[in-house]
Amino acid sequence: MISRFLLSNMDTRGYVFLALVAAIGLLVPLANLLVPAGSPFHVSTATMSLWGKYLCYALLALSLDLVWGYCGILSLGHGAFFALGGYAMGMYLMRQIGSRGVYGNPVLPDFMVFLNWQELPWYWWGFSSFPFAMLMVLAVPGLLAFVFGWFAFRSRVTGVYLSIITQALTYALLLAFFRNDMGFGGNNGLTDFKDILGFSVQAQTTRAALFAMTCTMLAAGFLIARGIVSSKLGKVVIAIRDAESRTRFLGYRVDRFKLFVFTVSACMAGVAGALYVPQVGIINPGEFAPANSIETVIWVAVGGRGTLVGAALGAVVVNWAKTMFTSGFMAPYWLFALGALFVFVTLFMPKGILGTAQGWWEKRRRPESMPAAEPAPAE
Amino acid sequence: MPFLIRLLRALTLALALLAAPAVAFGQTAEEAFARFNAHSFSDTARAIDGLVQSAHPNAGVIIEALADGRLLAGGGVVAVKTKDGGLLDARTGQALSAEPAGVSAVRLNNNVRRAIQGALGSLGLINPDPAKRVAAAEAVFRARDVSALPVLEAAIAKETNERARRALREAQAAILIVKTDAPPFDRIAAVDVLRERGDQDALATLRALPGDASPALKEVQARAVSEIEGKLALWQAGQNLWYGLSLGSVLLLAAIGLAITFGVMGVINMAHGEMVMLGAYTTFVVQELIRTNAPYLFDWSLAFALPAAFIVAGTVGIAIERGVIRFLYGRPLETLLATWGISLILQQAVRTAFGPTNREVGAPSFMSGAFELGGLAITWNRLWIIVFAALVFLALLAILKLTPMGLQMRAVTQNRRMAAAMGIRTGRIDALTFGLGSGVAGLAGVALSQIDNVSPNLGQSYIIDSFMVVVFGGVGNLWGTLISAMTLGVANKLLEPYAGAVLGKIALLVFIILFIQKRPRGLFALKGRAVEA
Amino acid sequence: MNAPTPGALTSSLLYLDGVSVSFDGFKAIRGLSLTIAPGEMRAIIGPNGAGKTTMMDIITGKTRPDEGTVMFGGSVDLTRLDEAAIANLGIGRKFQKPTVFDFHTIEDNILLALKSQRTVLKTLFWQTGAAQQKRIDQILGIVKLADKRERLAGSLSHGQKQWLEIGMLLAQDPKLLLVDEPAAGMTDGETAQTAELLKEIARDHSVIVVEHDMGFIRELGVKVTVLHEGSVLAEGPLDQVSANERVVEVYLGR
Repeated sequence: MISRFLLSNMDTRGYVFLALVAAIGLLVPLANLLVPAGSPFHVSTATMSLWGKYLCYALLALSLDLVWGYCGILSLGHGAFFALGGYAMGMYLMRQIGSRGVYGNPVLPDFMVFLNWQELPWYWWGFSSFPFAMLMVLAVPGLLAFVFGWFAFRSRVTGVYLSIITQALTYALLLAFFRNDMGFGGNNGLTDFKDILGFSVQAQTTRAALFAMTCTMLAAGFLIARGIVSSKLGKVVIAIRDAESRTRFLGYRVDRFKLFVFTVSACMAGVAGALYVPQVGIINPGEFAPANSIETVIWVAVGGRGTLVGAALGAVVVNWAKTMFTSGFMAPYWLFALGALFVFVTLFMPKGILGTAQGWWEKRRRPESMPAAEPAPAE
Repeated sequence: MPFLIRLLRALTLALALLAAPAVAFGQTAEEAFARFNAHSFSDTARAIDGLVQSAHPNAGVIIEALADGRLLAGGGVVAVKTKDGGLLDARTGQALSAEPAGVSAVRLNNNVRRAIQGALGSLGLINPDPAKRVAAAEAVFRARDVSALPVLEAAIAKETNERARRALREAQAAILIVKTDAPPFDRIAAVDVLRERGDQDALATLRALPGDASPALKEVQARAVSEIEGKLALWQAGQNLWYGLSLGSVLLLAAIGLAITFGVMGVINMAHGEMVMLGAYTTFVVQELIRTNAPYLFDWSLAFALPAAFIVAGTVGIAIERGVIRFLYGRPLETLLATWGISLILQQAVRTAFGPTNREVGAPSFMSGAFELGGLAITWNRLWIIVFAALVFLALLAILKLTPMGLQMRAVTQNRRMAAAMGIRTGRIDALTFGLGSGVAGLAGVALSQIDNVSPNLGQSYIIDSFMVVVFGGVGNLWGTLISAMTLGVANKLLEPYAGAVLGKIALLVFIILFIQKRPRGLFALKGRAVEA
Repeated sequence: MNAPTPGALTSSLLYLDGVSVSFDGFKAIRGLSLTIAPGEMRAIIGPNGAGKTTMMDIITGKTRPDEGTVMFGGSVDLTRLDEAAIANLGIGRKFQKPTVFDFHTIEDNILLALKSQRTVLKTLFWQTGAAQQKRIDQILGIVKLADKRERLAGSLSHGQKQWLEIGMLLAQDPKLLLVDEPAAGMTDGETAQTAELLKEIARDHSVIVVEHDMGFIRELGVKVTVLHEGSVLAEGPLDQVSANERVVEVYLGR
């Protein structure tokens, strides 16, 4: 039943995407580990880590597209779920340092010793266990999304109001995580990781494995998201996006459907954050910055909201462009380019790269089937 | 018992009167000079007291020199080295040709320094200028030097100025509190004097009451302490309220333009903060122009900056509306994204033009400094910003209520299609509204340049707060924005002493998030079928 | 004069008594009382602002009345339920402006409306069975959209959208249908067909039709209730009602 759920309604584009992700997940680590450094087919560890980061962003974009593209909920706080997943992973990695920290305390992370803490706070308990930490990667963002969504959707907070309070949520978390006495390393966050599951996080093989894992999770996230949006629930969710009160008069409890999608999406964002942290080697409160969440929105918009492949594509394309821009002489102009991208996409390409291409293709195939109207406002 | 006290007082007084002639001035002064020669800290301290009580004409010069380490003593001679290197005989004030043999600098320790402080205070008590006498009394008050008491009492007896007299009495009371051998009745009276003074210093002085005081005195002191504490807490609350109103007025300035554009057009303008920033930078440019071309106009710089900022920010706002937002009507979320993009561009543009660091914006003279109102410390710039916020608010209210444009704006707010059907050119109203909202943000920038760093990130630090004000206050109602801004400002500042600045802010954010659940359209929302549709 | 007779509550499908609601001081509905019997079809007419749409909002749970009783099936208090719960009880609603899901195919529109359990998990793992597919095909046939089933609903004409929405109502299989101006914006031919369709539906459903078009009402040939300023002005067969002096006054102006 599960495989039917995941694979029914899979279209060509979905298969192409999955095949591509699988190929990258297999070939890039091989090209890194087995091909000698001089060869043109060699992929350096730095490049692999960089692309690993892009793919984490792709998973985050996928999760945002699920709520925005399909359900019309513009979350300006998805970075918070990403960061919380990252912190859960970071806490596991901190506990793995053991007595190898600067202060050599077998239990307390360095920053706690520095702050003269005597014992581990209760919310750090259990994070030395990998399965528990992974559970938290899903549970913490999921639970926050559930509680937040429970209140927000039940009282029918929609449109820009919802966007603003999701932004307030991530801003509040940003302020909270900056505080030293929260017990998450304050300003500096969590860093100086040593091991993951007994393997050194710096080792080339670990890096390759993490990259492959990221591809696997991206594929899994895509399958789950695809399964959701092509199920009847997916149709309900799109119906909510386009005509919320009509859906309600058909007897669907709109708040529960939104809550489901929002929570699943937050869990996906958490996984993306958890994969991100060991690859970049640090998690700090800056990840909660509202600007990060808004940037995620533009990835989705560029790729094409309401198309899962587009969202993932958008994340990779925009971040690749950002790397290109900020590493050269053009660096001071990156913000101009990013800002212009926001304006350009919303004005001229509201359906994004993939949506525009798709619309063009369908228009050629069967010109009468396109609705006359633009996408309804996602309010 | 009262009789006994009275008797005791009378006896003390009699003794004091008897003792007074015996303390011949010349003699004590000579004694003091001898003590300086002893080169011991305790003798030096007593020498200072003696010198003060002797009212020796050179006492001031000698003690000042001592404080600076310019007092020399040895072989019976006491000499003062002047600041320009000359030498004077301390007794006579006559210049000395050469340094007498065997003299060395009189050394200081904390005890001596304290004595010096007290002495300088006491000497000021007989200064002809009443303000100086008050200042001296304050110094004695703080030093609580028992040896200053006789001089103090003499000064009180002669004092005619009301203010100086009160200051002297307070100083006397401060000494009596620590003077354990003073008559108990006087000490109780002293507590009363301090209670009346009722400030932080009085509290500290009362708390310095030695532990061996009589139970009656202790009880009086405890009552006075709690009374002052209560009064001070009240003033503190008042001060926090003031800070809150000040913050509220800043929030009001930052948010009110946003409230207008959001109310009329349903558009969240993420570049609103950058309009504030442009206003601040306009102030900077205007001030630079005035500094280089007409420095004498500097005090008027803000008067020039206000219209300039309004025009700059308003023009940019209209350009944004005509260039981008008008193509995105009915798509509020996309407008939000596009204006965010514009905010990035504006930030980077300002960073490129003015550099990433803070720019110095000066304060005109009427905005610097502070004054005290009862127990409140009020800075002029905060006061002016509150006044300014109130003026901007009233002006906007007048525009909305009294002008044809305001009427049309309200019509568009309530029913855009109907307004269009009645011949209102909604496009023009949108552009003007956006210009007005942005212009007001520019005005806010002028005000904020006086209290905040003018940097490209200025807008970013206000945008989220502004959103909170607008969504909390509700749409389409300026009064809602006013109440919302003031409530959030005051709540923030009242929370701060208990929760700290960051936790207080988090608490408010969480409160607003919960509040929106309860009233999704804010405090003062339009109701009815039209809004729901 | 509008007070329902004793026993009306238990025998009725829908029972409104003394319902009032106001927006910002404006009384949209004042003391409205109305009873619909099982299987009945009722037309509701009234000038603009008479409170027709607000009445529908109250019945479907969109608006809470300030006072009054709204009972369904003699025992369920509708004022305590939200829109989804009321829809699941068996009250379907067609909006004044046709509201279909533009980005779904016509078939999916019917599928979404099809009577089924509406929980999150049931919809997530939903598989359309043969019986359900047959019902969908049947409804598509009734509303004459079978040949367009793959098209996006957004591409339909105004009249076709109205029909699709009626089809969605049928798919819901409600006990009571609220139909707001089904003939608005239709050609005469379409209007006649719509009247036929509604009459067919009324055979096994209770229906409330709100309409301006007198010709349409005459075609339906059912009992008529006239609303004015939020309460019932007259009730009875169309001929009787249209002869009522006060109704004429209200419609033609004093």
